Amino acid sequence: MKKSFPFEFLVILTPLLLAQTTKADITPHLAAIQAVEKEGKGNKAASAAWQKLSAASADDLVTILGAMDHAGPLASNWLRSAVDVISDRATAGGSGLPVTDLGEFLLDTNHSPKARRLAFDLIQSADATTADKLIPGMLMDPSPELRRDAVARLISDGNALMEANAKDTAALVYRQALNGARDVSQIQEIAAQLEKLGRTVDLPKHFGFLMHWNVIGPFDNSGRAGFDQVFPPEESIDLSAEYNGKRDKVKWVEFVTADPFGMVDINKAFGMEKEATAYATTEFLSTSARPAELRLGSKNAWKIWLNGELIFGRDEYHRGAAIDQYQLPVSLKEGKNTLLVKLCQNEQTETWTVEWQFQLRICDSTGTAILAADRPATPTEGTNLQQAPNRRKAQP
Amino acid sequence: MKTYVSLLLLGLTLPPLLTADDWLQFRGPDASSVAAGGTTGLPTTLSAQDNIAWEMALPGKGLSSPVIVGDKVFVTCSSGPDQKRLHVICFHSTDGKKIWERTFLASGRTMCHDKTAVAAPSPVSDGKNIYALFSSNDLFCLDLDGNLQWLRGLTQDYPNASNSLGLASSPVLVDQCFIAQIENDSESFVAGIDTATGENVWKISRPKAANWTSPVIFEDGGKRLVGLQSSKGLLAVDPATGEEVWNFDGGASTIPSSGVGGGLVVVPSNGLTALKLNGGKPEQIWQEAQLRPGTASPVIVGDRVFVLNSAGVLNCADITTGERLWRLRLKGPYGSSPVAAGNYLYFFDEKGGAQVVDISEPGEVEGKIVGEMDLGEMIQCTPAIGDGALFVRSNERLWKLTGNSGDLPKP
Repeated sequence: MKKSFPFEFLVILTPLLLAQTTKADITPHLAAIQAVEKEGKGNKAASAAWQKLSAASADDLVTILGAMDHAGPLASNWLRSAVDVISDRATAGGSGLPVTDLGEFLLDTNHSPKARRLAFDLIQSADATTADKLIPGMLMDPSPELRRDAVARLISDGNALMEANAKDTAALVYRQALNGARDVSQIQEIAAQLEKLGRTVDLPKHFGFLMHWNVIGPFDNSGRAGFDQVFPPEESIDLSAEYNGKRDKVKWVEFVTADPFGMVDINKAFGMEKEATAYATTEFLSTSARPAELRLGSKNAWKIWLNGELIFGRDEYHRGAAIDQYQLPVSLKEGKNTLLVKLCQNEQTETWTVEWQFQLRICDSTGTAILAADRPATPTEGTNLQQAPNRRKAQP
Repeated sequence: MKTYVSLLLLGLTLPPLLTADDWLQFRGPDASSVAAGGTTGLPTTLSAQDNIAWEMALPGKGLSSPVIVGDKVFVTCSSGPDQKRLHVICFHSTDGKKIWERTFLASGRTMCHDKTAVAAPSPVSDGKNIYALFSSNDLFCLDLDGNLQWLRGLTQDYPNASNSLGLASSPVLVDQCFIAQIENDSESFVAGIDTATGENVWKISRPKAANWTSPVIFEDGGKRLVGLQSSKGLLAVDPATGEEVWNFDGGASTIPSSGVGGGLVVVPSNGLTALKLNGGKPEQIWQEAQLRPGTASPVIVGDRVFVLNSAGVLNCADITTGERLWRLRLKGPYGSSPVAAGNYLYFFDEKGGAQVVDISEPGEVEGKIVGEMDLGEMIQCTPAIGDGALFVRSNERLWKLTGNSGDLPKP
């Protein structure tokens, strides 16, 4: 009887053959994935590369994670899902994951924070005890997510000390946690505990909120047209100038906020305006030319310029605000940097549409505050917050 | 050898085998909320003891509905700080065992209202792939075995396309076009995306206004159209091109979506407005202010339409006239839409309550609540019906509910 090729053998053999893809072999696949662009460009090549890459062995995981160092968010997701497939297969097949290699990758802070976090997750899935041992060392890690775990550990330690009535030690543990904390909810939790213990926390400084501004307005925003309209402050910032505003002449006034989260409440300067546009400007003295992030939160329409360059703008009104709502990568120049924020209030009259405010901080990509070389002391409640002379008195 | 190769090639080229038991998108077949496969195997009386076939923990939050293809159940979740981790998970329908899970990181904004989640839009399937869209505008196409086919980051592409309260519109598929309604106060659009490549086939601008409604699919004049609802009304477009076919400009809600069935579209507009499809501009056959839906979308079953209002009262009306036939107070509050199978309507509320209403009696005979149970967790997901069962999820888990021996027979 003539034997035919056993199909079952082919089914078993194919994945094994594919799994023999070597590190050298995956380089072009990684390159194809790293080349994906916006609007789906490069998807076809990435898809073909992904099929081959996901057949690689667990020994290639560190190389794939390393490729995330040079991958944007889209390419990173391609790579991440290949890592999922490879690690699942290695785990299910019993070969396990290269925990030590992954650990060394994790501990090399030159790698992408997101790739290192993924390496940590893989270690945790393979060897929870080892992962647990690594957590305390992550307190000042460049990866905010890795820090978060270390901070959570310290908060838990602090809470246990509080329960044991060891308040002095708890205060120090909380302070240690605060030094590492970049996550807003954790910072708020720690600050609350420290304040209970009678310790002060300079939240604006911790976050890097900008507290000292000059503001001008109101200009018009009838029919929400002010967002696109170019008012004089967009053409040049002259703090001594006077312009035609929505109703009267308007001029720049100094405005200082003492809000713990740096909220610049424009209503405090101009009254409860509707259909109005305001500008706020400040200067930031940077000790060096460096990359940074402007992190802005606002529920009003806004635009922001750095050194005369429009960074971003958004015309959404009253859908919610949060610290770090918008994270805008920028380059600071050494010395004086000028920031200009345009803030538009719309026509809505519901009680939840009263706010006309923003908060802005400057930090690095991990959320660590970058402080101006000449940052003044943080204003405290009771600071004289100057109001504009043309402030609207009546409520709308 | 030749035979094996032929079989292998045949397997690779066969079209997906869809069955009436599949539930491929938010609100099922054509987003009608009505199961095509009838009621076999479904529970009618409900109890935790008899009707929970299995429950599985989920790794994150979500309002998205499960999608069912054959014996696979697909669910999306969002987890971690700021819900930046996006999960697409495949479970085996029979025993709830996880078959695979893929985790991604959001490339767009994840801010949303506490009550919603980044995993708010439901995934959609063509029986071959699963297409998972999130509120961050990240879109992933995976085959049913979890192999990534392509991805998009629509906020990477269109940086002002987001809503600080969260997006929730569930996409639809027509032929080879994936249609996503990304409507918000700023960069508002609808895109038709090639299911093979993930590239845009078309993209149209839409009203700059927040909108959480989902597209509906209907046949009109022998052609499948997609209805895009917004505060302006309902725009019918050709799914192949995005071009307008007709426009109902009577205004509409931005939360409950339209219902389809029996050659009609019922639009949440001035209460509820019924449009009769006739191959041209549709005819408005009635408008009824008393039939104003709350969050839940209306459901057409046979010659009646069912509307759940914001007070948790179920209204049943004649589909031809809009005349209200009866009302029935249910529990609520509701963040999800009801689904129908045969003569039963299924409701899941935000307190974790489930209710089954028997609507078999005709005319003005009020429907009867025939089954109730408490799942104990907030449910905002519209359930899915497939593989002879109901599937529903909370922020913590996924349940499969099936009939017991006293209920409708299993297939």
